[in-house]
Amino acid sequence: MARFVARRLVGMVAVLFAVSVMVFVIFNVVPSNPAERMAGKNAEPRLVAGITEEWGFDKSWPEQYVTMMKKVFSGDLISYEGREDVDERIVEGIPATFSLCIGAAAIWMFFGILFGYLSAVKAGGWMDTWLTVLAVAGISMPVFWLAAIFLNYLTYKTSIFPSGEYVEFTTDPFEWASHLILPWVTLAILYAGFYSRVLRSSMLDVMNEDYVRTARVKGLSERRVMSRHVMRNSLIPIVTLFGLDFGALLGGAILIEKIFSLEGVGQYGFEALEHTDLPPIMAITLFGAFFIVFFNAVVDILYAYLDPRVRLGTEAR
Amino acid sequence: MSAQPLLSVSDLRVGFVTEGGRVQAVDGVSFSLAAGEVLAIVGESGSGKSVTAQTILGLTRGPNARIEGAARFRDTELLAAGDAELRRIRGNEIAMVFQDPMTSFNPVYRIGWQIAEAIRAHRPETGKQDAHGRAVELLEAVGIPNAAQRVDAYPHEFSGGMRQRAMIAMALALEPEVLIADEPTTALDVTVQAQILRLLEQLNRERGLATILITHDLGVVAEVADRVLVMYAGRVVEQGTLDEIFYDPQHPYTWGLLGSLARLDLPRPHRLPQIGGAPPSLLDLPQGCSFRPRCPHAFGRCAELPGLDARLPDAPEHRDRCWLDPESKQQRRVVEGEIGLEAPK
Amino acid sequence: MATEPIAASRPAPSGPWRIALRRLRRNRVALAFFGLFVLIVAFCLAAPLWADNVAHTGPNDTHTLGKVSVDGEKREVVSIEGKPIGPLWLGAGGRFFLGADGRLGRDEMVRLMYGGRTSLLIAFAAGLITTVLATLLGLLSGYYRNWIDPVISRSMDVLWAFPVLLLAISLGLVLAVGGLHIFGLYVPSGSIWIPILIIGVVMVPYMARPIRGEVLSLREKEFVEASVAQGAGSLRIMFGQLLPNLASTIIVFFALNIANSMLLESALSFLNVGVQPPNSSWGTMIATGNDLITSAPLLTIIPGTMILLTVLSLNVFGDGIRDALDPRSKVRLEAHAGMAEPVGTAV
Repeated sequence: MARFVARRLVGMVAVLFAVSVMVFVIFNVVPSNPAERMAGKNAEPRLVAGITEEWGFDKSWPEQYVTMMKKVFSGDLISYEGREDVDERIVEGIPATFSLCIGAAAIWMFFGILFGYLSAVKAGGWMDTWLTVLAVAGISMPVFWLAAIFLNYLTYKTSIFPSGEYVEFTTDPFEWASHLILPWVTLAILYAGFYSRVLRSSMLDVMNEDYVRTARVKGLSERRVMSRHVMRNSLIPIVTLFGLDFGALLGGAILIEKIFSLEGVGQYGFEALEHTDLPPIMAITLFGAFFIVFFNAVVDILYAYLDPRVRLGTEAR
Repeated sequence: MSAQPLLSVSDLRVGFVTEGGRVQAVDGVSFSLAAGEVLAIVGESGSGKSVTAQTILGLTRGPNARIEGAARFRDTELLAAGDAELRRIRGNEIAMVFQDPMTSFNPVYRIGWQIAEAIRAHRPETGKQDAHGRAVELLEAVGIPNAAQRVDAYPHEFSGGMRQRAMIAMALALEPEVLIADEPTTALDVTVQAQILRLLEQLNRERGLATILITHDLGVVAEVADRVLVMYAGRVVEQGTLDEIFYDPQHPYTWGLLGSLARLDLPRPHRLPQIGGAPPSLLDLPQGCSFRPRCPHAFGRCAELPGLDARLPDAPEHRDRCWLDPESKQQRRVVEGEIGLEAPK
Repeated sequence: MATEPIAASRPAPSGPWRIALRRLRRNRVALAFFGLFVLIVAFCLAAPLWADNVAHTGPNDTHTLGKVSVDGEKREVVSIEGKPIGPLWLGAGGRFFLGADGRLGRDEMVRLMYGGRTSLLIAFAAGLITTVLATLLGLLSGYYRNWIDPVISRSMDVLWAFPVLLLAISLGLVLAVGGLHIFGLYVPSGSIWIPILIIGVVMVPYMARPIRGEVLSLREKEFVEASVAQGAGSLRIMFGQLLPNLASTIIVFFALNIANSMLLESALSFLNVGVQPPNSSWGTMIATGNDLITSAPLLTIIPGTMILLTVLSLNVFGDGIRDALDPRSKVRLEAHAGMAEPVGTAV
C-alpha cells in the first residue's frame, strides 16, 4: 500500500510538471511582449528595457521557466498585469470557490442519488420515464445559458435572489447562502441529471447480478437485499466518478463564477487569461491540475478499498 | 409411498412475455420429492429445468411472468405464498445453490460474513461471534481446509471448487430440509465436479437432506440420484428411478442422452454420437411431440402430443411421452450393442 | 450409419447489426429524437433559402436605421433607445421572424440558421477528429504493452489533468490572436478550424481512456489468441479483430461526443475565444443576447434552446443506439466516465 501511494505521488508530481511546461509553452508561443504591455501605451524604449531586465524577460526560456516556478512555490509570484501578489489573490478566492463546489456537490449528490434510486426501482414506469427526461435535459443544456436565464428571471426581473457576488460565511451565513443558491442550483441541475442516470444504470446492472439472487434465496428481507447488496455495490461507481468530477470542478468552475461574479479562483483565472497574464494563469492552472490529479489518486485508492477484487491486483482464481 | 412427500409440484406452468413473443418455459410439469430422496432433473438448456426450480422458490415472479399450477411444501402452497412466508422458507427450509459460485457471492463482503448474514437473517438472536463460529463449522463440514482462516477471505480468493463448497455450506447454515442444486458442477473442472458430487451424496446420506439436482449431464446423475426426471422443451418426457432410466429408458431423447455419454469401458466409437438437430426455440415449438423434428423414429402418430403415462405394466412410476409400443422401443434403442439414438437400418 | 442432421426448425439468425437495427427501430423515443435532430440540421441547412427568399437579408447585414413594414405600418428595426424589434413572426412576410438581434438590427432568424450551421459543423468535425484520434490512441496504447502504452497514457494523463476549460480558453486565446502555424500549415485566426481543432484535441483523453480500457479487456479474449495463433500480425489484429468489436462503443461515443463538443464550443464562443466574427454560432448569439437579457430575453433564450434541443436529441439517440447494440450491456463505468460526462463539460 505504501509503495502504491509513493508511486502515485511521484506520478502526480511528474504530471504537474508536464502541465506547467505546457502552460509556459502555450503562452510563450504568443508573440506578445509582456514588458511592452506592462509599460503601457507609447512607453519609452528605456522604460520597456528596464522592465525587461527587472523581470527577466530577456533571459532564455528555460531560465524564465525555472524562475517562475520558484516564485510559484515561494509565494512571491507577482502578476504582470496589476502587479499584485498572485498567491494572495488565489487564497482570497478560495472560500468562494470551495463554497460553490461543496454546496453544489451536496445538492447534486442528494438529488442525483434520490432520483437515480427512484428511477431504478420503478424502472420502466412513468416516474422513471419522466425522471430520465429531466435528467437528460439537465445534462443537455449549456450551463452558462441556464445561469443567464436564472439571473434574468429570478434576479433582475423579480429580485427573488441577489445577483451573484460572494458574501463571507462569517459575515452573514444567511446572505452567504442566498447569494450561492442560484449558482448551486445551476451547477446541480447538470450534475444531478448525470448522476441519477449513472446510479440508475448501475443499480439495474447490480439488481440482475447473481449475488442479488443469492441474497434473496437466503431469505433476506427485501430491505436488506437493497441496502446491503444492491446499494453497496451500485454506489461504487458513483463514488469514484464523484471524486473525479469534484476534483475537476474545484479548478474549473470558471463560467459559473464569472456569470455570478463570485470572485473565486476560477473567475480570477479567466481574467488572467483575458489579459494573457502568465503568472496567475500558471498558478491557477496548477491549482486546478493539482486537485484533478489529487482526486484521481484518491479515487483509485478508494476504489481499491470499496472493491476488494481490485486490491492486490490478484486475479480471481 | 405412504409418507406424504415433502415437496409436491402439480402441473406447473410458467410462461414469460418477451420481446419476441410469449415463451412457455415450463409446460405442465409435475413431480414430488420425498424426505431424504435425491431427485435429478436432466435436460438441455432451454428445457425449463432451472425455471422450474426457481419458480418453486418464487424467484421468477415478476410482471412478465405467468405462473400456474401448484407447488406444495409441507402445508404451504409456495406459488401463492406471500413475501414474508417465502422469506421464512428460503434458506431456512428450502435452500438453493446456483451454477456459478464466483458471481453468486457478493464480491465485496467476506465469505464468513455472508454466511453469518444468512444465519442471522433467520435467527436474529444469534450473536456475531456465534454466527461467525458457526460459519467456520459449516466450512469445515463441507471439507474446506483451514476453515478458521478461510472464513475471513473474499470470494475471489477461493478456487472454483472451494467456492462452490462454501456456497453449499451457506445453504446448509440453517439446516434446511431440501437443497436445490442448479447445475452445481457445470462451471467446475471435471475432477472438482466429482468432489462436489461426492459432497452432495454425503450430505444426503448423513443428514437425510432431500436434494433436487439439476443438470444437463447424465453422467453426474448416475453418482447421486434416486429418481430422475428428463425434461425437454418445458415438459417432462420421461421419469423413473435411476435404474429404470439407465437400464430401461423409454424415450428416444433419453436414448440420445445415454448414447452420447462418453464411456471409458467401451471401445472408442468412430464418431462421438450426438443427437441430430438443435434444441427448439421456445417461441416456435412444433405441434405434437416437441422432440419430433430430431427423432429418427418419428411416425404419424407423433403429430399428437403424447401424455406422460406409465406404459410398462410392472413399473407404474416409470412414465414417458412416446407413442412407440414398448417392444419397438426395446428394439430401436439398441445401436451397435449399446443404448443410443439412430435411425433404424 | 450416421443420423442425418435435421435442418433447424427456425430461419438463420440475423447478424448482430441487423438485430440492433431492428431493436432501434422499435425504440420510438430514440427515433423521435433522431428525427428532431434531422429536422434541426435541415433547418440550418435551409439558411440560404430562407435568407434569400423570405428574409431578404444576410446574417451579417445590419439594419440599425432600417424600417420594416408590419401590417401596413412602418416600424423601426431598432428603436431610438437601442431596443431591437421583437419577433414579428409572419407579420412582415417572414422578415425579422424572430426579431432583430440588438443594436445592429440583424435578422435573428437568419442568424439562428447560419449560426446553427457553424455550431453543427464545428461539433461534428471536432467529434470526428476526437473519435479518430481517440480510437487510434486507445487501440495503440491498449494493444501494445511496451513503451507505446506508457507514453500515450501519460500524455493523456497530462491532458486530463489540465482543467478542460482553462486549456481550451488558453488555446483559443493564443490561436485566435496569431493563427496556427504547424508543420507548414497555416490556419488564419478567424477560421472556424481553430475551434474545431482545439475542441477536437482537448476532448481526446476523455474518449481515449475508456477505449483503451475496452481494448485491454478485449485483447484477453479467445478470439484474439486464436488470431495470434493463426499468425496474424499486430496491425491485422488491431484493425481486423479489435476494431470491429469496438465499433458499437465507438459509435455511441461519437454521438455523445458531438453533443459535448457542441456544449464546449458554445462555452468558448460565449467567452469570445471560440468562433470569431464575422462568423457566428449559437454560442456567440447567446453572448450578444446576454447583453440585452433584461430587455430582450428571447435573444438569449432562443439560441440556447436550439443547443439544448440538439444536444438532447444526440444524447437520447446515442442512448438508444447503446441500448439497441447491447440492451443488457454491463455499463462500463470507465466508459461512462468518458462521455456524456461533466468532466469534459464546460462549467
